Amino acid sequence: MVFKKIMDWVDARLPITEMIKSQATEYATPKNLNYWWNFGSLALFTLIIMILTGLFLAMHYKPDANQAFDVVEHIMRDVNYGWLLRYLHANGATFFFIMIYVHILRGMYYGSYRAPREILWWIGIVIFFMMMGTAFMGYVLPWGQMSYWGAAVITNLMSAIPVIGEDLVVWIWGGFAVGDPTLNRFFALHFLLPFVIFGAVFVHLWALHAVHSNNPEGVDPDFSKDSIPFHPYYTIKDLYGMGVFLIFYCAFVFFVPNFFLEPDNYIPANPMQTPAHIVPEWYFLPFYAILRSIDFLGSFSKLAGVLAMVGSIAILFILPFLDRSPVRSFRYRPLSRQLFWIFVIDCFVLGWVGYNPADATRFDGALPLILVGRTGTAIYFGYFVMLWVITAFDIEKSKPMPKSL
Amino acid sequence: MAAIAHSHTHSAPPVLDQPDENKRDFLILATGAVGAAGVAGAAWPFVQSWSPSADVLSQATTEVDVSNLAKGQMITVPWQGKPVFILRRTDDQIAAAKKGDAETLPDPAKDAERVQNPEILVVLALCSHLGCVPQPIGTGNFGGFLCPCHGSHYDTSGRIRQGPAPKNLPVPFYTFKADNVLVIGKATG
Repeated sequence: MVFKKIMDWVDARLPITEMIKSQATEYATPKNLNYWWNFGSLALFTLIIMILTGLFLAMHYKPDANQAFDVVEHIMRDVNYGWLLRYLHANGATFFFIMIYVHILRGMYYGSYRAPREILWWIGIVIFFMMMGTAFMGYVLPWGQMSYWGAAVITNLMSAIPVIGEDLVVWIWGGFAVGDPTLNRFFALHFLLPFVIFGAVFVHLWALHAVHSNNPEGVDPDFSKDSIPFHPYYTIKDLYGMGVFLIFYCAFVFFVPNFFLEPDNYIPANPMQTPAHIVPEWYFLPFYAILRSIDFLGSFSKLAGVLAMVGSIAILFILPFLDRSPVRSFRYRPLSRQLFWIFVIDCFVLGWVGYNPADATRFDGALPLILVGRTGTAIYFGYFVMLWVITAFDIEKSKPMPKSL
Repeated sequence: MAAIAHSHTHSAPPVLDQPDENKRDFLILATGAVGAAGVAGAAWPFVQSWSPSADVLSQATTEVDVSNLAKGQMITVPWQGKPVFILRRTDDQIAAAKKGDAETLPDPAKDAERVQNPEILVVLALCSHLGCVPQPIGTGNFGGFLCPCHGSHYDTSGRIRQGPAPKNLPVPFYTFKADNVLVIGKATG
């Protein structure tokens, strides 16, 4: 066998075969992972799609305030398959966030953040932050009205920082308003960050392989009988998941490519006029609602709103320590499970509030949405407080767990 | 550590296979400090490259002729890439602004401090909340400007009256070159 001889030669110098065996094909995986465990590999798959389509879009794009809007239309109309690359990329962002949100919620439900997986969890949150930054800067690049005013609002969040805020914003803009220098540096960073994320994903996997996957039961598997090799069991399951994902993804790309895009972003950026109703991309809506809900603290509202918004994600860092239950999986934690579903519904409600104008009301003005937003924000943070309360003071009586898988 | 201190105080010959840890710690810290200072110095040009460049700084002033502006009419002019509202206020609008002087304001300011000519209101049209451009005069409560993004209401003097914005619409530096010609901004450099 020539191949075997070549591989022996290589393995003596770089143990590729051993690496593939221990970390991929024969990597020990709990035998009971359900479909919620597909979303990690799906997220990686989406990241690869984003990097590939983004790379080829970058070959046609020009980060110039006078050309950016037109060049996107040039990509759409003139570049061969440019429309496909752009729609794959724009809708890819949507699906990337769907994958990540399911992935995070799966971790929250099955207690994947609990010891010994804290560092694995933290790396994931860092990746999520970088992903939000990348998505935000990418949305600026088409230089439409939503791009421009989204960039204006988000960069202005920095001005809430005491003392240095105002100067910091000018520094980020490279001018006195969002403009050409801002667009140019956002393009550079939007190109760079995905590769940083890609690297962080490998650290994430490294941390995962050090402690192995959690599983729906939340009990540590006995690796002599409860685990199966990753290949072929999970390779085939992941491939199946990718097939299902591609059906939905392609349905949007080919049939409703503008479903998630805002019509106003097909109006060229105009620094002199803000659209009547600006909304961020759907995946930022709950956080946007949290930002807007803090409006009752007078001159502290702005800083408090920004802190609440950042805190709504940063609080995930301490989640491993807030949850004091002896049981990981919410399958055996009836109270936690109820809190979890309230939290999930609350995220959708906040998203809906964020989608509506700030001063919108329902029931003929009887219900200002700002009240819904404040309640939703309280419930959002309440989840983390309540989870701590019911586990730290033994209020929750968990159900008996299986001894093994 | 104790053993080393001991050897020094009694001026006994130092034990050769025990490195002088105080000296080594000092060297590591000193080298690290010099290295960190060097890295910070080298990073400075990169950080500064993000600050506004010379051509951006040079766009400092905008000259506007307001003679064609009727009472109650408002125009938006660009200054340093930012929108500036110029409104020729009606008597009602001036009266409303004066009335606001007596109210409790989130960012207290008298109307007289915010205008050079009571008829001409000049404000930077960037909401102090998150930098959106408020909508024209008459859209908000108090007869002034409404910021559509997060619902901040400014009065006819551009003062914040309601909503999440912490501050009034800023009044940019401007001078009247002639009765009806104003220059916004200060020439720099």
